[in-house]
Amino acid sequence: MVKKSTPKEFIIERDNEKCITCQACVRMCSNDAHVYQPETDTVISYDEKCVGCHFCETICPTGAITIRRNPSEFKPNANWDATAIRNIIKQAETGGVLLTGMGCDKPYPIYWDHILLNASQVTNPSIDPLREPMELRTYIGRKPDKINLKTKLTPQLKLETPILFSAMSYGSISLNACISLASAAEEIGTFYNTGEGGLPKDLYKFGKNTIVQVASGRFGVHKEYLEAGAAIEIKIGQGAKPGIGGHLPGEKVTQEISETRMIPEGTDALSPAPHHDIYSIEDLKQLIYALKEATRYKKPVGVKIAAVHNVAPIASGVVRAGADYVAIDGIRGGTGAAPLVIRDNVGIPIELAIAVVDQRLREEGIRNQASIIAAGGIRCSADIIKAIALGADAVYIGTSALVALGCSLCQKCYTGKCNWGIATQDPYLTKRLNPEIGKRRLVNLLRAWSLEIKEMLGGMGINAIESLRGNREQLRGIGLTDTELKILGIKPAGMAW
Amino acid sequence: MNTLIPDKDYRVASACGIVGIMSQKGKRFSGESIIKSIACMRERANGLGGGFAGYGIYPEFPEHYAFHLMYESEKSKKITEEYLHQNFIIEKDEAIPVQEIPEIKRNPLLWRYFLKPNIKNYDLSEEDFVVKCVMFINTQIEDAFVSSSGKNMGIFKGVGYPEDIGRFFKLEDYSGYIWTAHGRFPTNTVGWWGGAHPFGLLDWSVVHNGEISSYGINKRYLENFGYHCTLFTDTEVITYLFDLLHRKHNLSFEVIANILAAPFWSDIEREKNLERKNFLETLRIIYGSALLNGPFAVIVANRNTMIGLNDRIKLRPLVCAVKDDFLYIASEESAIREICKNPDKVWMPKAGEPTIGNLKE
Repeated sequence: MVKKSTPKEFIIERDNEKCITCQACVRMCSNDAHVYQPETDTVISYDEKCVGCHFCETICPTGAITIRRNPSEFKPNANWDATAIRNIIKQAETGGVLLTGMGCDKPYPIYWDHILLNASQVTNPSIDPLREPMELRTYIGRKPDKINLKTKLTPQLKLETPILFSAMSYGSISLNACISLASAAEEIGTFYNTGEGGLPKDLYKFGKNTIVQVASGRFGVHKEYLEAGAAIEIKIGQGAKPGIGGHLPGEKVTQEISETRMIPEGTDALSPAPHHDIYSIEDLKQLIYALKEATRYKKPVGVKIAAVHNVAPIASGVVRAGADYVAIDGIRGGTGAAPLVIRDNVGIPIELAIAVVDQRLREEGIRNQASIIAAGGIRCSADIIKAIALGADAVYIGTSALVALGCSLCQKCYTGKCNWGIATQDPYLTKRLNPEIGKRRLVNLLRAWSLEIKEMLGGMGINAIESLRGNREQLRGIGLTDTELKILGIKPAGMAW
Repeated sequence: MNTLIPDKDYRVASACGIVGIMSQKGKRFSGESIIKSIACMRERANGLGGGFAGYGIYPEFPEHYAFHLMYESEKSKKITEEYLHQNFIIEKDEAIPVQEIPEIKRNPLLWRYFLKPNIKNYDLSEEDFVVKCVMFINTQIEDAFVSSSGKNMGIFKGVGYPEDIGRFFKLEDYSGYIWTAHGRFPTNTVGWWGGAHPFGLLDWSVVHNGEISSYGINKRYLENFGYHCTLFTDTEVITYLFDLLHRKHNLSFEVIANILAAPFWSDIEREKNLERKNFLETLRIIYGSALLNGPFAVIVANRNTMIGLNDRIKLRPLVCAVKDDFLYIASEESAIREICKNPDKVWMPKAGEPTIGNLKE
């Protein structure tokens, strides 16, 4: 057996002056990177085991630990960079598909950072959100073209702020993480999404703030499940892994998860790549209406797709098939586990997808027939307001929510060893995430972002979010090509109305 | 210098003075009083645009579409007239009478036509056909612009202070039962005669003081229903919204006010009448993209109605008054008092609360 030759990614620096050998790091690290040496009464660290999650650094009572990237560098090579070399070494050793977690980390253009917002000056007063009403309420669902005396709307989701928590299954994340998301959604007046993990008993009480997902594996889908949520979402694809299914390893399928997903304990939970009852758009229509029938047309049924090259016509087909909303997940959308090569190379950025889908639906005169929820790498309130101005009704956030819960994007979710108690089912780790505190942090995040959105809206002289939705006049592009500007449907910075 | 240029290609925001007078009994009165009234608000304009709309001014042609055209060249007149001949029966055409005054230095060729549509194979209503023709001339024929296209009404506008424009067009010689006027303070571009207000389409005329921050989405919303905003003005968007909501969706002006200047969610929550609460909520959900956000005070008229409306937080002034069957709406009370010393009632409508004058015949 040759020595494992993948160079270590991180270096654990321990300041022995500060270390009091309390062994907190030893007890806490799920990767066993720290080991106590009774002979010398010291703690030593194994750099090669470190995943860079920074948990030990955070909990060390004396601040003795610093995690750094390994400064040892390969000979510089623009083509053969460290990642490429490391990955080849790993595959030469294992012969397997490289797995990863979270969203694409490649330096593709982030269009949010090439879009600037407008503000009022002189001719139009800006509005102070501290003194004037500023409305973020958003309704997700199908709207008719016009009103008449008999108009009764199909069911809508009422959001007090245009931000929802993205689909993350019980299984990929811990029950405590699910409870944090669900209770935060309840307090804010928005929704979280079960992902395809079914709905654990403890979460039924959050039903009115829940979107239940129906994915290709149909895990945990039954009558009570469909009826428990405020809306149903058919998951066709996911930004981190368009075109492929999911895989929850048997090790993670504990008794509780086996009950929730309705599969034997310890067996792998495999979601097929396609839905095997949906090989075409007319089949999707059947499933949409089957779910609507099953729930007596009392709930909106949405469809989640990954942003791929042909996303605009696909979204149009989805709307015509009867979806009440289309969720679109861009290439930077996160995941609990995906093949690295898929995550980093398949799909398109969400900014472009929103622009082309909104435009396409408008050209076809069907934009009001469904709402658009955008997802995939949304980092801050500015990204949200830009997404809405491009044409989204609301956004899904996944990674941002997990970061609020402690995640530091070490991208090792698939190992089930998450030190933060988020992407793990190990009771020793999950108890680190207190759902009360988790909820508070998520509520804080949504509150802070909502306040910032109100400030930006007021600056533009707008006091209701619907006047920003699709209002691309409020956006200008910077450092973009003519083609990119055209696709985004925005003017370049410096151009007046 | 060309008078028919620039702001065709840009969106022009402007601040302005507006006034409207209506005899709800349909008594016709001369344009002199509206000139006097708008002159009082000279401060609110900067000489780059003024205009008037009068209803009931062409009683000899009550059922003909009265097209007012602005031409920058003889050639454009020739092309436009060929187009009109193909699509309409021209009952009469003549130069719009004007008097040369020193304040108005350059003007396009101003011509009017009294037309009946000559619809052959079109699968369109008469009104949609006329709209289509107006759009065609305004976008496809160079140097020609239709400023007015309604029946028994006319829009007179140009570059200058409104009182000068009024004298230039000799409005004292016309009499109508509704008059609206506009003095413009555009914030960019040299004035273009077609860009002055009122903006008109069919019987609609709109005078407007404000800047719509929701313009981008209002425009795209209208595209959903086949309206193409070619003039890049807020006024155009407002006009099309009224046309869509009133003529096509059959909504009353009260309901339209609840869409364009929608009540706040918090006000809707407080509504005690459950049926009305549901109605207002549904209305906002359906028509969110038609909400006009940003400051505006607007006076919209058609042959039967004159409506004054403010934005939802009243960021621009608007005052109303009544005297007998006369309704007055203006940016400033002084403009009303100038022509009506002792109104029966003067009030400031609340944000989003429409003031509606109806013709009682």
